Amino acid sequence: MAKVLKASERMKIPRVAMAEQPASERARCFMEVNRGLASEQAVLEATRCLQCKQPDCIDGCPVGVDIPGFVRAVAEGDLPRAADILYAANVLPGITGRVCPQETQCEVRCILGKKHQPLAVGYLERFVADWAREHRNEVVERAQPTGRRVAVVGSGPAGLTCAGELARRGHEVTVFEALHRPGGVLVYGIPEFRLPKVIVDMEVAKLMELGVRVECNVVVGQTHTIQQLMGDEGYHAVFIANGAGLPRFQGIPGENLKGVYSANEYLTRVNLMGAYQGEDAATPVLRGRGVVVVGGGNTAMDAVRTGRRLGADPATLVYRRSEAEMPARVEEVHHAREEGIVFRMLTNPVEVLGDEKGWVRAVRCQQMGLGEPDASGRRSPVPIPGSEFEIDCQVFVEAVGTRANPLLTQSTPELKLDRWGQIKVDERGMTNLPGVFAGGDIVRGGATVILAMGDGKRAASAIHDWFGCASGG
Amino acid sequence: MHIIRSATWLAPLVRKLVVEAPRVAARHQPGHFVIVRGTRDGERIPLTIADSDAESGTITLVIQMAGATTERLCALCAGDSLVDVAGPLGRPTEIEAFGHVVLVGGGVGTAVIYPQAGALKALGNRVTGVIGGRSRPYVILEEELGKICDAVHPCTDDGSHGFHGFVTQRLAQLLDAEPPVDAVITAGPVLMMKAVAEVTRGRGIRTIASLNPVMVDGTGMCGGCRVTVGGEQKFACVDGPEFDAHLVSFDELQDRLGAYRTHELRARERLALDPEHKCRLERARVEIESEPRRAS
Repeated sequence: MAKVLKASERMKIPRVAMAEQPASERARCFMEVNRGLASEQAVLEATRCLQCKQPDCIDGCPVGVDIPGFVRAVAEGDLPRAADILYAANVLPGITGRVCPQETQCEVRCILGKKHQPLAVGYLERFVADWAREHRNEVVERAQPTGRRVAVVGSGPAGLTCAGELARRGHEVTVFEALHRPGGVLVYGIPEFRLPKVIVDMEVAKLMELGVRVECNVVVGQTHTIQQLMGDEGYHAVFIANGAGLPRFQGIPGENLKGVYSANEYLTRVNLMGAYQGEDAATPVLRGRGVVVVGGGNTAMDAVRTGRRLGADPATLVYRRSEAEMPARVEEVHHAREEGIVFRMLTNPVEVLGDEKGWVRAVRCQQMGLGEPDASGRRSPVPIPGSEFEIDCQVFVEAVGTRANPLLTQSTPELKLDRWGQIKVDERGMTNLPGVFAGGDIVRGGATVILAMGDGKRAASAIHDWFGCASGG
Repeated sequence: MHIIRSATWLAPLVRKLVVEAPRVAARHQPGHFVIVRGTRDGERIPLTIADSDAESGTITLVIQMAGATTERLCALCAGDSLVDVAGPLGRPTEIEAFGHVVLVGGGVGTAVIYPQAGALKALGNRVTGVIGGRSRPYVILEEELGKICDAVHPCTDDGSHGFHGFVTQRLAQLLDAEPPVDAVITAGPVLMMKAVAEVTRGRGIRTIASLNPVMVDGTGMCGGCRVTVGGEQKFACVDGPEFDAHLVSFDELQDRLGAYRTHELRARERLALDPEHKCRLERARVEIESEPRRAS
């Protein structure tokens, strides 16, 4: 269906724009912001791809998706082939198509981006995954069983990816999830308006069709230990992907007032426990006219946009550096601004102030200036004396990072950790314990969904090799 | 799904559920808790494991009807089920050869000290129980503790059973009498635990309190259960739930427990209008009458 275009003609096609729910409406509800591409849009966008002989974009993808391959199939209108190519490298494309930072991975390497706008790889990925979810229901062919059993600890992006890749190779995989619902950060952390839970549920269901078993409410380290899994429970290998763990607090006065949350708690109450459904939800969340969130990452952005949707006016984001240093995705910052989030950069909270009954009434902040570059290469923020001021709020959310969860590692003292309590692994992703692999945030600290998936994929290959099976497959 | 093998009333608003949870039962030690969800749209709540039987694969939960979620759980009967039981969670009680240990339980807190009593006794400790309630029917597990402890002292606020007064008053008497007390472990309402800590502080007796803050995940992920102990922030789910009572900021804990009071009141009002729930609760209540009353 695509007629052959010259490169110069392709260059003239502008990058597709994603349809969005209007900012004024979405600031009041949790429906997904991005509406997806129509098929004509997707095909036209796909024809922009230059089909480079040596595509750089693939190297930018932590799971190595054959980007020109699936994009070409889209351009040719062959969506089943596009889906096959995509799923061959990525078991969760409906998720990565929504939450990956393509602008720093594949799209940043796109040759089109040198003179024009890069190809919208993420939008196309999402388009194909959504098409596959709605139109494909053929029975997945299961691989010949190998008789090898693998326990995967945690059902977040690293665990699910590893499980899918192993199941495809015929290994028997059980995923243990501590919470009552599979998905990890995809269901407790990332809000509905960025990643609808139904997408996660369907991607998990696909993995189950491949033969993956998921057991919820199993807290490895408490319910079972690694030794038990490798011993009595009869697993031949374990992949630990139990996530980042404990939220950090800034350590400022007033953090235990009522109305102060970690971003993890705030988002978990709203997302996993469904407090966004209204004041009648079984799990409550405190709402306020004023919500202040501290942090500059995607989690902070998710929290402040959640606060806005729960009725905050204003919902304010405070960050101690300038906007250029914010680690959050540009798209999220842009969306947040459209939704009326108030950004107060170079601002650092120094105290949470309460009323006489122990409820948050304001947060006292300090204005910062930019000093010399610090270890991260970013100019370090320096307090400006006498610049303190208050922002009125009833809810204060801290999104300032996490530290390693000790539950599993304490119960497995032989496991080698780094000085932050994260698990040490070799280049294959194996820990110092034979047959025990690890990946995702428990190895990296706080990182992204796609890096965790990359770890899961790498570990699956390494486990396959460890079993003495030929690589690949 | 976790089938409820039996459901009985221990006190007017306190229900005991024996629930199938083989993995939890196999790993349970005193001090552990579980996170429970009764129904698919329900809240996650932490409950102490009062007892377990690895052989039959069951754990015992003791639930005080306090809010909508616990009221729903209390309306469950044998044959019903809980959708989610995750655990065992928390650090187990540090069971040592203390010498003479006094366990102080108030209300459903008595269900927390019950498994501790057995483990402490097994290690050769002299174990004394001091358990309290508003009036006679509110004193729970007296008979069970009586089989384990060297002595059990029931206390009631109205004097209808045992010692007339608070558990702390009875505790103070014991501390002044023979044999000397080497350690105190307490579980119950925050204000009671605070008072226990005050009674033992001046006497320099090691005192451990089992805390009950608001929790969501129970695995360290949310930080909602943070408590201040000795000026430091601790997460009750992974660092506790038991801490040195002399270092715990009980006032802060009590205040934080009130964060959702208005939500809870509204939730109970809504629940009161639910005819299906009313019917279930009625069924659970009728079962009291058909069960033989326990001697106490």
